[in-house]
Amino acid sequence: MSARRLLGWDAAIIVVALLAVALSSVLVDGFGTTRNAGYLVLDLLPIALLALPMTFVVITGEIDLSVASTLGLTSAVLGALWDAGLPIETIMPLCVLLGALLGAVNGLFVTVFTLPSLAVTIGTMALFRGLAFVVLGDSAVADYPASFTGWVTGSSGGVPNVLLPLALLAIAFTVVLHATPVGRAVYAAGAGQEAARFSGVRVDRLKFWLYVTSGAVAGLAGVLWTLRYSSARADNGAGLELAVVAAVLLGGVSIFGGKGAMPGVLAGVLLLGTLQSALRLSDVTNEALTIVTGGLLVVSVLLPNLLRAATRRRAGPASARPGAPTTTP
Amino acid sequence: MTTTQEPLSPNDSWWSSITRARELGIVVGLVALVAVTASANPRFLSAQSLRDVLLGASILTVLAVGQTVVVITRNIDLSVGSVLGLSAFAVGSLVRDHPGTPVAAALLAGAGIGVACGLLNAVLVRYGGVPALVVTLGTLYAYRGLVHTWAGGGQITADELPRGFLAFADGGVLGVPWLVVVALVVTTAATVLLRDFRLGRELYAMGSSPRAAQLAGIRTGRNTLIAFAASGALAGLGGVLHAVRFGTVDAAAGTGFELTVVAAAVVGGVAVFGGSGTAWGAALGALLLTTIGSALPVLEIDQFWQQTIVGALILVAIGLDRLVALRAARALRKGGSRVR
Repeated sequence: MSARRLLGWDAAIIVVALLAVALSSVLVDGFGTTRNAGYLVLDLLPIALLALPMTFVVITGEIDLSVASTLGLTSAVLGALWDAGLPIETIMPLCVLLGALLGAVNGLFVTVFTLPSLAVTIGTMALFRGLAFVVLGDSAVADYPASFTGWVTGSSGGVPNVLLPLALLAIAFTVVLHATPVGRAVYAAGAGQEAARFSGVRVDRLKFWLYVTSGAVAGLAGVLWTLRYSSARADNGAGLELAVVAAVLLGGVSIFGGKGAMPGVLAGVLLLGTLQSALRLSDVTNEALTIVTGGLLVVSVLLPNLLRAATRRRAGPASARPGAPTTTP
Repeated sequence: MTTTQEPLSPNDSWWSSITRARELGIVVGLVALVAVTASANPRFLSAQSLRDVLLGASILTVLAVGQTVVVITRNIDLSVGSVLGLSAFAVGSLVRDHPGTPVAAALLAGAGIGVACGLLNAVLVRYGGVPALVVTLGTLYAYRGLVHTWAGGGQITADELPRGFLAFADGGVLGVPWLVVVALVVTTAATVLLRDFRLGRELYAMGSSPRAAQLAGIRTGRNTLIAFAASGALAGLGGVLHAVRFGTVDAAAGTGFELTVVAAAVVGGVAVFGGSGTAWGAALGALLLTTIGSALPVLEIDQFWQQTIVGALILVAIGLDRLVALRAARALRKGGSRVR
């Protein structure tokens, strides 16, 4: 992450997100309470979790639309296994493993069969969601041990319990992306596959493991989702993939790959969550919130382009066209 | 190639063009599915059940054809489900408040709303320089939010709608329901436009290589506007058909439909990364998906398998597509003058 990037979109989105939090605390009744902060964290948890590996995937120039369905299938399997009498301590790691396996299916199609990830994950999105319904039908499995559900929804000393694993994962993903060879390989693969290959990056292997990671995190999100609502359902998390992609793009990650940073994405998630929470507390309907989500997404990508165009116009017509010979007057 | 090329006999040409068409697989699959289902339960071929399949497939077809036009240019339109909802609710309110509205006017109004939505998408893509995936993901939310804000929790029920409007679902010409006629007209028009007209060829060129198309002097900006406007218009038209067929419209009409539409196009052989596919292939894809949906209960297979099958079909379809492309590339490398 270069200094220039930090001063650009990422800094802007972080400032906007913090401003949104500050303004909401002052202007919206009940927003600044610990109680609401706890809800905010719980509401943001699945989006924030899924956004972490999604950032990696999108920076490499791919996409994973199957994450919400992976969440749903793990939730359904968790319910079925719990119904079958397995202890929850055994089921939870199994679910994360299942998520990783589902991710491996995506990775296999994308890297070994070299199919476009958009099409592959639209396919597995339907496939995994369908399997979730095959496993559980439209019934729900409830009654998990109170110690587990209580831990997920509870807090200690005013700090929500789930914040700990979320923060640990966020730090781990940020460090890997911005301070390790893996992170550099991710950017290299996104900036240009061939160039990355020639400089020794094993692009396919990298992408495969990113999909496995994405699946594993979605599996974990499935476990937490189930415990939070004490309900395993096949339609858990339906439609969440779009919110996750929206948050990642809002955070400044380019859909073309090669660009983006984790702090921006986390700020994007926070901004999305804050606005939704604040508007909901101000009695704006859930439905009107979808306009905000959509509008934010378009504006966030549109704005930098328009700013760039405006700067270019001010710089003079000669530089307005890329590739045009620049003549300095 | 300067090697001697055998002249193609006309017979050879149409036969090989049929056997080589990507769409052949879908036709075979569809015929097999219908045969198996009908042999399990002949009532599957009853007039009522065929009618249900065709009516369902008609609406999906209209949207899938629109999607095809956009996807061929290497774009995507994810907002179609929301445009369908917006148009269905708007036109539903229109005919409820003005019972005298002719059906043709209602269809036009729906298409008009769709064009407006499509043009907004196109302007953001074209002048904003934002990728279509992002723009239409955003407008998917925005248009849906618009319907929800407008409709609230309310809904338009069949008994509020004039009988003349709803009769459009039952009526038809020569026993073919109007909805099917609309779908056939849309599919035929788009197929001919894409195959035989300059605009159509330009859309394929843009999808195959956007940069080359621009250098070749193709007006890519104008064509992008046209493609999104077409997809929007057809989604809007689909909204009116939805209102006609179901009679009840609420703010959630068409939620999540965009993925079924993309699935129909992909299963129908339209490549997600542009440059290839046909409108009638997408229509076949829509017919196949709808037929699967109604064949499952007849075959006593749990309805819950439907989405699983759709997902598997998409993966098979794009896999086969890749296989064909690889074989073609290999044949070209071997120096064969014709790709078989």
